[in-house]
Amino acid sequence: MSALQGQGDQSEHLSVLIAHIVQELRGTVLHSQLKRAAQFQAGKPNIHLSDLKKEVHSALVETGWERKLRNAVYKHMVLYPQMNHPSSSGEHCKEPLSYIRKSQSNWEKRILKSLNSMCTELSVPLARKRPLQEQKELKMKWNELGTDEPDLSAFRPVYAPKDFLDVLMTLKNPNCNSSHENKSMVHTWGLIQMPFKIKTMKELRDQYWELTMTESQTGVDDLSEIAADVYETERTKLGKKVLQAGHSPLAQQFSKKGCPATQRCDLWAQILGVTSDDIDKLYYEQLKSYVFQHDLLVDSLIYKDIKLTATNDDNYFVFEDYLYQALLVFSRDTHVLKHFANSSATPAKSYIRGKLGMEEYAVVYPPNGVIPFHGFSMFVSPLCYVYHDPVRLYFIFRELYMRYFFRLHNISSHPQGIVALSILFESLLQTHQPQLFYHLREIGAQPLRIAFKWIMRAFSGFLASDQLLLLWDRILAYNSLEILPVLAMAIFAFRRVNLMEVTTFSAADAVMADLTGLKLVPLLQVAIFSSQR
Amino acid sequence: MSQKVRWACDLDKSVLLGNFEKRGWVQASPDEDWNFYWSSVQTTRNIFSVETGYRLQDDQIINHYPNHYELTRKDLMVKNIKRYRKDLEKEGSPLAEKDETGKYIHLDFLPVTFLLPADYNLFVEEFRKNPSSTWIMKPTGKARGIGIFLINRLSQLKKWSRDSRTSTFAAPSAKDAYVISKYIDNPLLIGGKKFDLRLYVLVTSYRPLKCYIYKLGFCRFCTVKYTPNTTELDNMFVHLTNVSIQKHGEEYNPNHGGKWTVHNLKIYLEGTRGKDVTDKLFDEMYWQIVHSLKAVSGVMANDRHCFECYGYDIIIDDNLKPWLIEVNASPSLTSTTANDRIMKYNLINDILNIVCPNGEIPDMRWNKTPPKECYGHYDLLYDEELAQSEVLERDSKSRIGIATMSLRSRDSRPRQTTTWK
Repeated sequence: MSALQGQGDQSEHLSVLIAHIVQELRGTVLHSQLKRAAQFQAGKPNIHLSDLKKEVHSALVETGWERKLRNAVYKHMVLYPQMNHPSSSGEHCKEPLSYIRKSQSNWEKRILKSLNSMCTELSVPLARKRPLQEQKELKMKWNELGTDEPDLSAFRPVYAPKDFLDVLMTLKNPNCNSSHENKSMVHTWGLIQMPFKIKTMKELRDQYWELTMTESQTGVDDLSEIAADVYETERTKLGKKVLQAGHSPLAQQFSKKGCPATQRCDLWAQILGVTSDDIDKLYYEQLKSYVFQHDLLVDSLIYKDIKLTATNDDNYFVFEDYLYQALLVFSRDTHVLKHFANSSATPAKSYIRGKLGMEEYAVVYPPNGVIPFHGFSMFVSPLCYVYHDPVRLYFIFRELYMRYFFRLHNISSHPQGIVALSILFESLLQTHQPQLFYHLREIGAQPLRIAFKWIMRAFSGFLASDQLLLLWDRILAYNSLEILPVLAMAIFAFRRVNLMEVTTFSAADAVMADLTGLKLVPLLQVAIFSSQR
Repeated sequence: MSQKVRWACDLDKSVLLGNFEKRGWVQASPDEDWNFYWSSVQTTRNIFSVETGYRLQDDQIINHYPNHYELTRKDLMVKNIKRYRKDLEKEGSPLAEKDETGKYIHLDFLPVTFLLPADYNLFVEEFRKNPSSTWIMKPTGKARGIGIFLINRLSQLKKWSRDSRTSTFAAPSAKDAYVISKYIDNPLLIGGKKFDLRLYVLVTSYRPLKCYIYKLGFCRFCTVKYTPNTTELDNMFVHLTNVSIQKHGEEYNPNHGGKWTVHNLKIYLEGTRGKDVTDKLFDEMYWQIVHSLKAVSGVMANDRHCFECYGYDIIIDDNLKPWLIEVNASPSLTSTTANDRIMKYNLINDILNIVCPNGEIPDMRWNKTPPKECYGHYDLLYDEELAQSEVLERDSKSRIGIATMSLRSRDSRPRQTTTWK
């Protein structure tokens, strides 16, 4: 393709992107607010008709509306980074590789089947309207749902990380014949054999250069014996300025070195473009009323998951009730469906009783289209250390899910998807710790078997709570999940000596069982910057 | 070449025995020549009592002070602290400063408390000021939540006094004494649940005061949602956080036992309330501990053979003000969960390292200033000796001052630097 053509392509893409964003913004609250602000400016007496446009524009800049618009545009650009050619089909936008599409759809079928069989086995409906009395009772105990002990022994999580990994291991690119002699081209020692392009350590080093040891970091310098106070004060002062500017990319840049604990809540909200105003509160209340009205099968799954994970976790058990308040509401939120435009996944459908198979009676189930897996509630738990208000907690979680976490439990070829992240982990470990990888593989302890659950849960429940927040700082700041496999690799390298001594999978697993003592930033620094390969 | 420490122990706890074994110490019976005795409070009292006439040798140390009850019995602690405040006030110390309502600004850290039956009239007077308030009755000499109940009407107290008189034939003794304290009815709730703090404090000397704070304290959560509703006064699961009580609750979770680390509390408060107020809260708690120890340092038999590890119980209210509830001389060494076991094992390990550096035969004549490497998970809370030498050397180029008192370096509390001179 000639350079000229490439340019043309690019400008075409740009115009598609602009059209898309304009479309998205039209009809939002911001749109009407901007309009009103512009009208107000235009109505001022000292405005001349001749330079109306210019005057109004500069007034909007001065009053901060332009910054808000910029943030909104930025948010959309982050959410839809790859605009496909306008003539490509919808399914192509979701996932360009047809064999991946097929795998994902098979996986969804399996989940649905298991959900349906649970329904039949336990003879519970997917959804039912609650009698008025029950609605009232639920309303009464909304703040203490954890004290409720429904019998959930018959329920089981639909799938766990292990099941998902087993599926990923069977993925095969049909265009890549493994019997060929160019086997070595693709094949690694790892579990996932897919020819995806992933970053090298050199590229990661460029991407994460702010983490280098010569730069001071929150999570290191605020804890050191020397001048921690000075660092902390300076950092917080700068953070205040960043927050005042109200600019998403700026907050993102600032957070690359970690958020000061006090400012994390606002910085994250600014990066994610989450405002939680009165309209959001109303919206949340509306969702809550949906929870009161209907009982869904997924509610039991959410209950079960919280009881199995967070309730038993000594870092998170105190927040149990907050988790119900976030996750039950989440399952009713149809706004979440929007992220499917960007995801290889398709929401499950169910049919009104007696109308099975008739498209016009199909409804998305659950309403948000997301069927939780074992450990799903751990995506919310760490946020309870940052957000005290359940409404704000909810919207932050929703945005994090729609931006990042959905990629961790769907099969796709996206560079941020779980498949690519798994391959990245295996390739980094093979390149930088070949001896260790070889040893573990020989004793039947494939590293990914241990690391997969860490990555799939974004390390929630594995790291100490403060270290986890520092990790998620980086996910938001770099707008990338690639830090997860990098960290997983770093942990393997760090525990190398102990791992080299073990001779069984269970022994290796035991070495990696407790990660709570680890310090995130130094670990990442050593992994990314010490090897100059 | 060096001799092994000979240890004796009254408690059959693995966290203790494991630590002795790890050091290669040898077991001795309490009647033999032991060097290190982890005893019950009763044993210590016997050893030091006049009748036994037992004299400890220079190479013997023991884990209690003979009259620790000055701090750990609720009535005596209250008395000592009240006296300490008055003394400071008489001296005109800035610490005894009061606000316009007559409350101590820095020393008001005990809930209003009276001794019963002695202060009954004073209590009634106070109660009538706020007739709807809730009060908590505690027997002075008991621990783990035994004998505790709540009242919010005077008639309940009268009924109790009648009942207890008829049920016991013995004349009322000091053992039957109760303290009645204003109930903290606005506790800080996390996840809607009430909790209290258990902090471990090690004292190696009262004069000069040398004390350490353990970094791995924890919060104990009630399993049931908190309600200030007075109809729930009888439901002790709502109000009492003692694990020994909560264990009987239906919702007790054996994985974490309702325990949350102080470290997590700090992260939570920094994230949701801000770092400044969190630092202030922790500073205040540490100062309360120092004040409570200073309050008894005059009356405590400062025997150089003794050291003691206390369990401080503190409740935080929703204004983030800490309240000192009580102090235990024998904090439980029973482990409820795996993490609890590790924590308590480390607790003992670090105590032994501070009182017996390098696991060598103790010598009571040593200066009780262990090297910083021995602190483990402890932080030096206050060292009167170092603080004084710091003051002396301040004009010259003193460097050790940095290590003497972590509390002191906080510029947010300048008043302290002048106070401890």
